Amino acid sequence: MKKYDKLVINAVGREVPTIINGEEHIPFKGVGKYKPTGRKYGPPIATCADYPDDGNKIVENLKDALVKSGLKDGMTISTHHHFRNGDLIANMVFDIAHELGVKNLRWFPSASFPCHEHLIPYLEDGTINRIEGSMNGPLGKFASEGKMKGLGVLRSHGGRYQAIQDGEVHIDIAVIAAPTADPFGNANGVNGDAACGLLGFALGDSQYADKVVVVTDNVVPFPAIPWQINGNHVDYVVKVDKVGIAEKIISGTTKITKSPDRLLIAELTAQFCEAAGLIYDGFSYQAGAGGTALSIGNYFGDILRKNGWTARFIRAGSNQYPVEMLEEGLVGYILDGQTFDLEGVRSMRENPNHVWTSPFTSYNYHGKGNFASMLDIVVLGATEVDLNFNANVVTHSDGYLLHGIGGWQNTLFAKTTILPIPLFRDRIPVIRDEVTTLCAPGEMIDVIVTERGIAINPLREDLIEKTKNSGLTIKTIQELKEEAEEICGIPEKAELSDEIIAVIKWVDGTVIDSVRKVLPKK
Amino acid sequence: MNKTGTAGNKGKGIKSDCFVEFELRTDGGVQIELNSKVEAYYGNSNRKLAASVLEFFEIEHAHLTIDDTGALEFVLAARIEAAIKKVINTEKSYLLPQREENKTPTAKGAFRFSRLYLPGNSPKLMINAGIHHPNGLILDLEDAVAPDKKFEARFLVRNALRSLHFYGAERMVRINQGKPGLEDLEFLIPHYPNLILIPKCESAEDILKVNKVIDKLKKQHHIETDVWLMPIVESAKGVMEAYNIARSADNLVAMAIGLEDYTADLGTRRTAEGTESFFARSMVVNACRAAGIQPIDSVFSDVADMEALAANVKVSKSLGFDGMGCIHPRQINVIHQNFAPEEAEIEKAKKIYLAFKDAQAKGLGVVSLGSKMIDPPVVKRAVTTIELAINTGKLSPDWQPATSN
Repeated sequence: MKKYDKLVINAVGREVPTIINGEEHIPFKGVGKYKPTGRKYGPPIATCADYPDDGNKIVENLKDALVKSGLKDGMTISTHHHFRNGDLIANMVFDIAHELGVKNLRWFPSASFPCHEHLIPYLEDGTINRIEGSMNGPLGKFASEGKMKGLGVLRSHGGRYQAIQDGEVHIDIAVIAAPTADPFGNANGVNGDAACGLLGFALGDSQYADKVVVVTDNVVPFPAIPWQINGNHVDYVVKVDKVGIAEKIISGTTKITKSPDRLLIAELTAQFCEAAGLIYDGFSYQAGAGGTALSIGNYFGDILRKNGWTARFIRAGSNQYPVEMLEEGLVGYILDGQTFDLEGVRSMRENPNHVWTSPFTSYNYHGKGNFASMLDIVVLGATEVDLNFNANVVTHSDGYLLHGIGGWQNTLFAKTTILPIPLFRDRIPVIRDEVTTLCAPGEMIDVIVTERGIAINPLREDLIEKTKNSGLTIKTIQELKEEAEEICGIPEKAELSDEIIAVIKWVDGTVIDSVRKVLPKK
Repeated sequence: MNKTGTAGNKGKGIKSDCFVEFELRTDGGVQIELNSKVEAYYGNSNRKLAASVLEFFEIEHAHLTIDDTGALEFVLAARIEAAIKKVINTEKSYLLPQREENKTPTAKGAFRFSRLYLPGNSPKLMINAGIHHPNGLILDLEDAVAPDKKFEARFLVRNALRSLHFYGAERMVRINQGKPGLEDLEFLIPHYPNLILIPKCESAEDILKVNKVIDKLKKQHHIETDVWLMPIVESAKGVMEAYNIARSADNLVAMAIGLEDYTADLGTRRTAEGTESFFARSMVVNACRAAGIQPIDSVFSDVADMEALAANVKVSKSLGFDGMGCIHPRQINVIHQNFAPEEAEIEKAKKIYLAFKDAQAKGLGVVSLGSKMIDPPVVKRAVTTIELAINTGKLSPDWQPATSN
């Protein structure tokens, strides 16, 4: 089977395959242009006759559960990433598959982390055919150098739910690591030694997979409350010694930055939002877990305090900083998709206004609306932006896969999308003639805030008008690009192979761009 | 003479820099081995630059290894030149074009509220320093550079004076103490520094020695722009000589006190209250005021504590200082906010400025406010006070009454 075939040029001028790993896919048609028809995918009908009346679905071990689930060549196995770099279960699943001699699996994680470097030998020996999910660190390098057998597919969190719901990705076995579960399979992330907050990324997997295995190190008698994962979807429950390392949900980027340059960018971002009138009593925002984003949240807090205002809700990625704002009363609700530290976990467990959400409620584009588009402000990162405000979040300018898409594409639908980014990073300019990988069409990006000036998308005449006498340094994106090049020199364009190693999906399941193989070093 | 010379930094945490190893050979031509984090974008231009430096110094046979973590061109060129000059003797200097705005002079009485120290051998910290808008940026060749890095730092600082974006900050360099400091000047004066800081100054003689070299170099390189001096008094003896130092030269515009060394010299320790340095600080303020120059306070070293810094600045201003040093960009704003003119100062400046505009409109040569005549320097000072008040957000840019426009 060819990894990909039938290339076409899509609506943003990118060459993308329409046959991917043997299946047909639709090229990107424009924002809001592709309207699917038909009905959602439905999982097979189950019957209580096949399940124990006492509700006890515990089996001996994970291998037993996988064998009973019918693990065989070519299947799709899904896992979630709420443990982030502290995940232990995905590696265990593929150790078992390898031991059983199963080949050609599709791993469908909600994200992968450096701890999954362990899986590289299985990608090499054909146990795993491909990863459909974010790839960074060692896995990103492996894929970028063209070593993966199948074609990678990168989706946003919302796009992953959409793909499952629409039947684009059929999950054979979903393995859900859970800090607490009962024998029936009800599970949650707020209790137990390995509490990681919530299990929202596994929601779609539990609803649509053929077989669902819950793995936990904390079995409690029925009922496990809250049941973030509903036991009625679950086939087997497995007890292990340790399900994940909760401390490792804290990644290096979840501390407020100490870098004076990034603090300056954060301060300018907050000043811009204030000057543009985007902050008001009852507003809402989402800021990620990066150091700059967190300090922007702090500055927003200062502005709210100064005016005696409150934010109605924050969408998060929570950690101690939004939790402090919630507890201070500056924020009404945290609508949380994943917790980034143990303070976030504690707050979610204790505070009814700290609410767990899922990609279905927050991000799914094939639903009857979602939360992301209701946000007033979203603050995001990017590796590159081009002169038309098109942005890249997955690859470095040298072509290597560097980040997953996460909720990035989904939150672009907020009323105002702001990218606070340094104009260059260790000589590498962020504003390019053309982005290496196009993850967002420029019409979705409203403002770029750099330490050397702010560029507003010409489509946002309202923002241009409101900030023109603000005293902030507003420049065109062209001016910012020239300024960076005057300091750093004009960069050469990285040469990449024609060969495609992965594709980027838009939120509606269409293919927005291809990721090219990185050429070996000279 | 060695056959191998190195320059620059590498290892964990080093970015925007490079480490260069130059080995002079007797045959085999020139080989350049570049290992660069930015190979994909600047590999070719880096190799081209390296080749042109080697050619400039007429190197025919050599092996040059560069470990690059995103060094800007002026950094790369400085590193290669320093490595070469550890091996060969030459009078030549490889100079990249000087940015025109890096030749701009500054006024004798320019505001010097904040001056940010930058280690002279750490390019990463230099590149974005100016965007935080201190009044002055100090490229430090003295205490912030390790002894074995002093040689190469001179090349980096020289190139920074020519190529770095200062974003309007005064271009300052702190030279070394004594003879090495006088040698430093050869790397600086031809490249238009605005101000030289002279550390551990103890007598007027120290100033005269520096000025003698500066004058010689200015003549030699046909430089007519003023080079201001700011001695730093850092010892008991220096404090006792403060007035003689302060009035020792026309180009001496400010004098600073360095409290770390001073308190060590006294045999005591620096405290938050600063009782131990009250005498010295007052001496410096007094000497400076008597000599008509700006008294500048020591740096505040706890970069995490902005409240303590603000308190410190208030004390400093109340003692009569006009500014202080900083070692972290986040300190700049706190210093400006607390040194900024107060309401009464701003009100007075506004009146003077409006009287001046009025006199101008009426074609009067003499400005008066009420019954008092106002000298031109006072008007000038009022204008700068207003500018500063606007810059620090204490006064709206359109403060002038509509009728006066």
